[in-house]
Amino acid sequence: MGLGGWMEVGRMDELGQMDSPVHRVHAQAKTVTTGLFIISVMSFSRYEVSALTPFFLYPLMLMSLGRIPPGYLFRKVLVAAPFAVAVGLFNPFFDQQPAVAIGTLAVSGGWLSFASILLRFALTVSAALALVACTGMHRLCAGLERMGLPRILAVQLLFLYRYLFVVGAEGSRMVRGVELRAALPRALRFRVYGSLVGNLLLRSMARADRIYRAMQARGFDGAIRVLRPARLRWADLAFVCGWAAFFAAARFWNLAVLFGGLLMKGAS
Amino acid sequence: MHMADALISPAVGGALWAVTGGVSATCARKLKTSMRGDLIPMMGVLGAFIFTAQMINFSIPGTGSSGHLGGGLMLAVLLGPYAAFLVIASVLAVQAFFFADGGLLALGCNIFNLGFFPAFVAYPVCYRWLARDAQGGVRLWGASVLAAVVGLQLGAFSVVLETWASGVSGLPFGTFLLLMQPIHLAIGVVEGMATAAAVSFVARARPESLAPMRVSPNASASLRSVLTGVLLATCALGGAFSWLASTRPDGLEWAIAKVSGKEEVAGNEGNLHRRLAALQEKTAILPDYGFKAGAGRAAPEEATDSVHDAPASEAWPAVDAGTSVAGLVGGAVTLVLACLVGFAVNARQRAV
Repeated sequence: MGLGGWMEVGRMDELGQMDSPVHRVHAQAKTVTTGLFIISVMSFSRYEVSALTPFFLYPLMLMSLGRIPPGYLFRKVLVAAPFAVAVGLFNPFFDQQPAVAIGTLAVSGGWLSFASILLRFALTVSAALALVACTGMHRLCAGLERMGLPRILAVQLLFLYRYLFVVGAEGSRMVRGVELRAALPRALRFRVYGSLVGNLLLRSMARADRIYRAMQARGFDGAIRVLRPARLRWADLAFVCGWAAFFAAARFWNLAVLFGGLLMKGAS
Repeated sequence: MHMADALISPAVGGALWAVTGGVSATCARKLKTSMRGDLIPMMGVLGAFIFTAQMINFSIPGTGSSGHLGGGLMLAVLLGPYAAFLVIASVLAVQAFFFADGGLLALGCNIFNLGFFPAFVAYPVCYRWLARDAQGGVRLWGASVLAAVVGLQLGAFSVVLETWASGVSGLPFGTFLLLMQPIHLAIGVVEGMATAAAVSFVARARPESLAPMRVSPNASASLRSVLTGVLLATCALGGAFSWLASTRPDGLEWAIAKVSGKEEVAGNEGNLHRRLAALQEKTAILPDYGFKAGAGRAAPEEATDSVHDAPASEAWPAVDAGTSVAGLVGGAVTLVLACLVGFAVNARQRAV
């Protein structure tokens, strides 16, 4: 297990703590907008390629206004890509009917839908990551709770997030201990694995017990208290409406084709 | 087994979100009534534990590959189905938020596939029935392997079903099924063994820590009501959504398309797409964009035995060379422009 993975999660949280125009938009507004974004992207027909491109404006704006380093998120998108690529890669084999002609080159429907899957993947994943990177876990959970998420689930999300690093560090220390003592660099034998994970489980349960006592001592009653409760402002409403209008426009008119047509008319 | 946003349709994603939301609300209510204060930190820390355990690999003898714990069944064994479902939901949510593992639209599907089956089917039906209160031995190992296999097979089947119903991937139903089920049989055996290894270790080392955490459904009737509810909701939602967005042609339509050789690209887009297309047709500023047949440059492209003769009235996406070139150029330029806008904003902010 790489410790690097955990540091990466921490970086995400650091990004979420920053202050920028996008960070200041209410979490609820950003969540709703991202939901609309994903639904409009996914409602296109499976062969649509060019009409998807204008949608890149949304994640790119979130990143640039929120000062999220694009290279960092791009790497994360790449890491997550294999599954979508693996399933999408079957399309060219099963759907060989030519669908589009570019010059004399006929492109089959399968390649077209494969390209479409890749674009959708890049769009939806980058938007979701950008949302988290410019909101932060605390604000996100508070926003989700106001949107009707059961409180116990919101608290659970925050707890999980808080102890991810602690238990993760404990686990990686244990694995490192085994690795340093092992003769060969290889995966754990099953017997060792059982007792190692069982031990980690026992330590985790003991930790939960300590946390519970500490919580009781401080009078925890299940509510998450935020120092400055975020309020919905007019700007948040404008954020949602503006982007919704853009998504609707890009959904109903193929902006890329219109634009390309204008360019080519100008050129001829 | 995490499904990505890019492979499911909004109708399927929405339906599974609704089902998952309903189950979560039920679980939350159940836990509230039987609330024990120490359950909250235990759920949080065990979620973190599952996360960590997923990163620790062990070697599978004789194969040269390695496996790891998935965790759904283990959580159900430790916490009981209701709390386990919520913990799995939170783990999947964090994976979607921070690791881009599965998407936001697909989160409902993922929670259902990986959470519902282990917690509400595999654990109560298989594990409890076979293991009873065994703390180790053949009973425990057999029960965990069986339960894990059942849970993962159902989950994998559900993945195939959802992918097929979405119609984004062109993978035929049968092929995908043949790919997924055998793989998940092996994964299930590994998962069951890993679960049994950890649970029997804890049972040996600290047997008292296993029993009291479980908020188990003491009346099996309540569990049955959850199952029935989900079944009903699925049927109702399936019915309600299918008229809205059947992205697959039904058998009849398909047969007609086969017989008449009608173009599939425009044909099988389903109701929602067709309706949107009609709306688009009405609202388009420049409907039917493309090259005019006589317009010099474009003639060769039209002439090269254009693959389909899309009639002018055909619904979008019309397949003709002019539109696709315009789309290609426009798409590329739009992409570049979007990037440039991003960089410009970025540069301005740095300058300020």
